[in-house]
Amino acid sequence: MSSLAVRKAAPAAGTTPGTAQGPPLRRRIALIPTITLLLGAVYTLLPVAWVVIASTKSGSELFSTFTFLPGTGLMGNLKDLNAYRDGVYWKWMGNSALYAGLGALLSTGVSAFSGYALATYRFKGREAIFNVLLAGVLMPPIILAIPQYLLMAKAGLTDSYLSVLLPQILSPYGVYLSRVYAAAAVPADVVEAGRMDGASEWRIFTRIAMPMMIPGMVTVFLFQFVAVWNNFLLPYIMLSDDEKFPITLGLFTLLQQGNSQPALYTLVITGAFLAVLPLIALFLVIQRFWSLDLLSGAVKS
Amino acid sequence: MTSPARRRSYGVKGAPYAFLIPATTLFSLFFVLPIGYAVWLSFRKVHVSGLGLGAGARTEVWAGLENYKDALTDNEFYDGALRVLGYGCIVVPVMLGLALLFALMLDSERVRLTPFTRLAIFLPYAIPGVVAALLWGFLYLPAVSPFYYLLDKLHLPQPDLLSGGPLYLALSNIAIWGGTGFNMIVIYTSLRSIPAEVYEAAKLDGASPLQIALRIKIPMVAPSLVLTFFFSIIATLQVFNEPMTLKPLTNSVSTTWSPLMKVYVDAFAKGDIYSAAAEATLIAIATLVLSFGFLRAANRRNKQEAAQ
Repeated sequence: MSSLAVRKAAPAAGTTPGTAQGPPLRRRIALIPTITLLLGAVYTLLPVAWVVIASTKSGSELFSTFTFLPGTGLMGNLKDLNAYRDGVYWKWMGNSALYAGLGALLSTGVSAFSGYALATYRFKGREAIFNVLLAGVLMPPIILAIPQYLLMAKAGLTDSYLSVLLPQILSPYGVYLSRVYAAAAVPADVVEAGRMDGASEWRIFTRIAMPMMIPGMVTVFLFQFVAVWNNFLLPYIMLSDDEKFPITLGLFTLLQQGNSQPALYTLVITGAFLAVLPLIALFLVIQRFWSLDLLSGAVKS
Repeated sequence: MTSPARRRSYGVKGAPYAFLIPATTLFSLFFVLPIGYAVWLSFRKVHVSGLGLGAGARTEVWAGLENYKDALTDNEFYDGALRVLGYGCIVVPVMLGLALLFALMLDSERVRLTPFTRLAIFLPYAIPGVVAALLWGFLYLPAVSPFYYLLDKLHLPQPDLLSGGPLYLALSNIAIWGGTGFNMIVIYTSLRSIPAEVYEAAKLDGASPLQIALRIKIPMVAPSLVLTFFFSIIATLQVFNEPMTLKPLTNSVSTTWSPLMKVYVDAFAKGDIYSAAAEATLIAIATLVLSFGFLRAANRRNKQEAAQ
């Protein structure tokens, strides 16, 4: 009886005609959007779920048991991965952390300088410099990477940490985001007030503007961190010593060898599982601080 | 009185340039110089005299447009471009269609579980392309894939996902999986910036959510659709990681599957950096022409709409 009463009341309250006849639950939850999004989530989580489960399987279980049935080999796989070439896997993880961490930190600094300058000063050539820097986004990485390799070879820098680190410091996208953010976050009159007080331009930047730009710079840092961590082409071209490989390149070479020795597949899978963990963890922790609004350049002042 | 003022204005004048020194220096060293060098190399070739032995037997000489002519008449390069075109025709519409759909669903009323679904759909952004291709690659392998397991149990035919036409779908799926979330967030963010009053009037007039989405929301987020379309096209032209990673799992991905892979093979496997430079330059020109053409077309439409 009571459910009938609710159902009767529904059409009056409902604004969407399609849900009017439904039971109370359907009135409160928009079913189609929720289910569509859940299906989307199933699609995106499927490979991740697979790698989590597959990493628990021993080599023989991988090809014999049902895909989504957990195996018993996780500890064995971890031990094998640890033992593979004296733990070179952990070296790759460390390298990736170094390339991405240090690279993104330097990149954020350069972006902050440039973005601040482009947003707060009016000077000759401002738009020209900005547009030329932005055009860098359009360059296919390979047209850059091959001559970069040849030039690095001339400077004797190939197969070094620097050869991977240096070309990734300047991020045109980072400069763009910093400019957008600085324009919104640093009011012109605050900068002017600093000048009136006799502060130097450098001091105004470090003491006044920088603190205001921090939230935006966190976003720039994370963007660049993900970009460097995920980069494959540049290290693939620059490096030959696998002690300097980042994790993407390491897993790739492992997979290539797996072609001839399928026993390595379990190592690749366990390695991929562990490689995904830090970034997922990073995502879960920082998603609250990450102002995704910046992505589309929509900054609220 | 005047001297501090003058000094200050001098400091202000020089300051922006000083702040831009790191960016311009890096840009010159790692963008301008390599691009210039690549263009220079694309007009060069190696001239081998005699048997090519001994010092001085191999000299670099001017080649004019020869490398470009070779690249443009090279069937392998051409086929690669066609393959990427086919791949792009699947990836871009499907990925952006899904991104728009999910963004609209996230923005609809009374939808539940959005913090979870939004994060889940965005998650692949954090996963390197190589790892994504590796995960999907295993899911495409009949021996380990749950799809094949199900098909087998249902006694249905089992298609080979890693060759022929389905290979395009297999590769496209990896790109769609990796890119939908990012584009969804971009579109969703701009949906959120539409003031609520805009919908209120339509709702009072009895417009359905579908009508509101089609007539109000989609036109209002057109700029961000243009942006995502633009970046998707650039990313598609540069596809490299996914086919490279699938290569060890199947014989049907050739070493020159995409133009970028061909550039890599020419430069490093064949050691012909001159042809590689010409091909890379052609790809860059194609990217620039496409991007600017697209941006101009988008601008023109915006102006037309503004004029109406």
